[in-house]
Amino acid sequence: MLRLEARPVPSKLMGYAAPVIALAITVVFGTLLFLALGKNPAASLRVFFVTPLENARGLSEVALKMIPLLLCSLGLAICYRSNVWNIGAEGQLVVGGVAAGGMALLASPDSTRAFFVLVLLAGMLGGMAWAAITALLRDKFNANEILVSLMLTYVGGLLLIYLVNGPWKDPKGFNFPYSKTFDAAAMVPKLFAGTRLSWGVLIVVVVLAAAWIFLSKSKAGFRLQVAGQAPLAARFAGFSAREGIWASLLLCGALSGLAGALEVAGPLGQLTPQISPGYGFAAIIVAWLGRLHPGGCVFASFIMALIYIGGELSQSRLGLPAAITGVFQGMLLLALLTADTFIHYRLRKA
Amino acid sequence: MPELAARLQLTGISKRYPGVLANDNVSLTVAPGEIHGLIGENGAGKSTLMKVVYGAARPDSGEMRWNGAVVQPSSPAQARKLGIGMVFQHFSLFDTLTVVENVALALPGKLDRAQLARDIEAMGRRYGLPVDPSQHVYSLSVGERQRVEIIRCLLQQPSLLIMDEPTSVLTPQAVEKLFGTLHQLSSEGVAILYISHKLEEVRTLCSRATVLRGGRVTGVCNPREESVASLSRLMIGAEPPRATGVAREAGADQLIIDHLSMEPQERTGKPLHDVSLVVRKSEIVGIAGVSGNGQNELLSAISGEDARAPARSIRIGDTAIGRLPVVARRALGLAFVPEERLGRGAVPALGLDLNTLLTHDTGLTRHGLISHAAITTLARSIIERFGVKAAGPAAPAKSLSGGNLQKFIVGREVVKSPQVFVVSQPTWGVDVGAAAQIRQEIVALRDAGSAVLVVSEELEELFEICDALYVIANGRLSQRIAVRDATIEQIGELMGGAPASGAGAEVQHAAA
Repeated sequence: MLRLEARPVPSKLMGYAAPVIALAITVVFGTLLFLALGKNPAASLRVFFVTPLENARGLSEVALKMIPLLLCSLGLAICYRSNVWNIGAEGQLVVGGVAAGGMALLASPDSTRAFFVLVLLAGMLGGMAWAAITALLRDKFNANEILVSLMLTYVGGLLLIYLVNGPWKDPKGFNFPYSKTFDAAAMVPKLFAGTRLSWGVLIVVVVLAAAWIFLSKSKAGFRLQVAGQAPLAARFAGFSAREGIWASLLLCGALSGLAGALEVAGPLGQLTPQISPGYGFAAIIVAWLGRLHPGGCVFASFIMALIYIGGELSQSRLGLPAAITGVFQGMLLLALLTADTFIHYRLRKA
Repeated sequence: MPELAARLQLTGISKRYPGVLANDNVSLTVAPGEIHGLIGENGAGKSTLMKVVYGAARPDSGEMRWNGAVVQPSSPAQARKLGIGMVFQHFSLFDTLTVVENVALALPGKLDRAQLARDIEAMGRRYGLPVDPSQHVYSLSVGERQRVEIIRCLLQQPSLLIMDEPTSVLTPQAVEKLFGTLHQLSSEGVAILYISHKLEEVRTLCSRATVLRGGRVTGVCNPREESVASLSRLMIGAEPPRATGVAREAGADQLIIDHLSMEPQERTGKPLHDVSLVVRKSEIVGIAGVSGNGQNELLSAISGEDARAPARSIRIGDTAIGRLPVVARRALGLAFVPEERLGRGAVPALGLDLNTLLTHDTGLTRHGLISHAAITTLARSIIERFGVKAAGPAAPAKSLSGGNLQKFIVGREVVKSPQVFVVSQPTWGVDVGAAAQIRQEIVALRDAGSAVLVVSEELEELFEICDALYVIANGRLSQRIAVRDATIEQIGELMGGAPASGAGAEVQHAAA
């Protein structure tokens, strides 16, 4: 019989190895899943993990998916390091997208080419406003931020559906629940002709560097993390716990809202009833897979983007249902949680 | 074989935990009716050894004999069946249940409550441990709770009673009563294993003692024939130096608490009633008292962690600080060392270098970014000046032993040369050598002109370093007492404060 025994000190090695092990477990179970579905596992795994990387177009699509995942996961990493359990990046992304869309609809053919900057700012403010509701309820009434932020995600989704079915519906849209397509001035400029990649990539690189500096170099980031790790020490040092709640949620709201804005003013070009295939939720997995570290989040958002693209490809090439993406995400999360156990525990013969 | 079988005989007990050999070939013998002291510093292996005896840990090697027969209890229940009872340092009582309900829970089988209540009272009368079986535990004082624990043990008629640091929560008077009870038990043939690091107590109570250091037995002796100095030599390998300093004329009032009354922040806290005290420049003022009598509430109000006090009720010099945040109070020259080191005084997972940022507000950052060079230099200078044993400036706070971490935290505040220095339980759980060094630093700070306030449960410590004392009991502070006029007995009486029933009244008052 084997039993779990607490390690005297958490294993650093296991902290880094766990994401890799989790990925390996996911591949193993993916293989079993493909076998059970009567597919050739080698060919199927190839569709998931290799095909998307075989040409420039595929690579650019992976990068495109990484943008919202990385932005949301950086915001979430800041929250989780501050011990603020924000589960609502998805809602913050959606409302950011709504705010960005609202601004984009104000653009006209005469608008300046820099109008898209306003669109992105509106997105960030929208995301911050949505996150501020969670922060306010937590601060004033000690309401649990996990439940509040999660439930607000659904409220945000309904807000979007109301707008595209009602006031913002394109009058010339044959009654489809879409807004009119945005004017070119509202759109984020393309980075290379022929791909869907926009300046969003550059923005993400800047945000990534800023997040890294904030978390590992700045006194403000230090204060947040002390409040998260040791609330009594934060109080002793005079770092405000309220500041931690507000700052981490507002930062995450801004980054998620930016992700939403880059989606609607990028690949989408209009508001539709669904502007995110669950990026905000997948980013929770990304943040943990990336060990709440900006560098790790890059690696993890790459994996998660592959799963998104691979899921889409496997629908067309292998005839698998759309749920395959969610199944792979779920397997990855469960495998990670399992592997993480061994950071604090080890197996011993009883 | 000895002519009469020992009640408990341990031979060559070894127990290894990951990374540490907690017990290394330990042998110990307790005769019936003997009060045997087990002394050693924190981490010497006392608790591990007791876990082995009480069936809570299995030794890697060695033999345990009980009345001559080899046994190896595999659970506390089995140990109790053999006749081994243990009273833990931290009580294991349910607050919301009555005394009789708590006792019933620990006893096997179905019980007649009324009969059990009578048994509890009878046991209490016999051993001088009066408790009311129908009272709820939350309304009992700490001393009464300990009585319940002891009675619960005695009802199982143990022939060996293990007491783990029983006096750490008691007033001197309550300690005397406890010793009376223990002597009576021993005269009836019950063997007692008395675990402590307080050498004076062991010398008073025990006829034999085993000394542990670093998991090994360093001596077996009759403590009455030893001096505190010779015992501590066995315990730490050196004699503790005493703090020395030149007491100067105390100067102007620095820290003033002026008729401070306050409801506690937490429901389980103590309200403060009309607390007034003064600490002058170049003096050390102590606050004695059994923990849980309002010390935490008073300290939080001074440090600013609780900033609800009326502004003028707490002052540094002429500045009202009652409502100022922590950082503003630090800027006025206040430094504070809290009782809890890990998690409050320091962030466990962060390095010592980053931990300096908790209380040093200037010189360590540039444009909001942390200067790595500056925090490393500061941490290294604290480590060197105060002889902190650490792997380096980046060593995580939790990797340090309690004494070394306390030296670092005290050092972190002392290097700021604070005008007002407030320290809580400066040497709690710290080994004798480090404790002496910390006291010396506190005295040196006073000699340099700081106003120092020390809150401690250790009366001897307060008498050693303080110029004046206050006693806190039930959220009220006594008059100021000059140390040269004070006696331990007088302070002890004040620590007892209001009669025991007063504690219950306070709880109801706080809940209302």
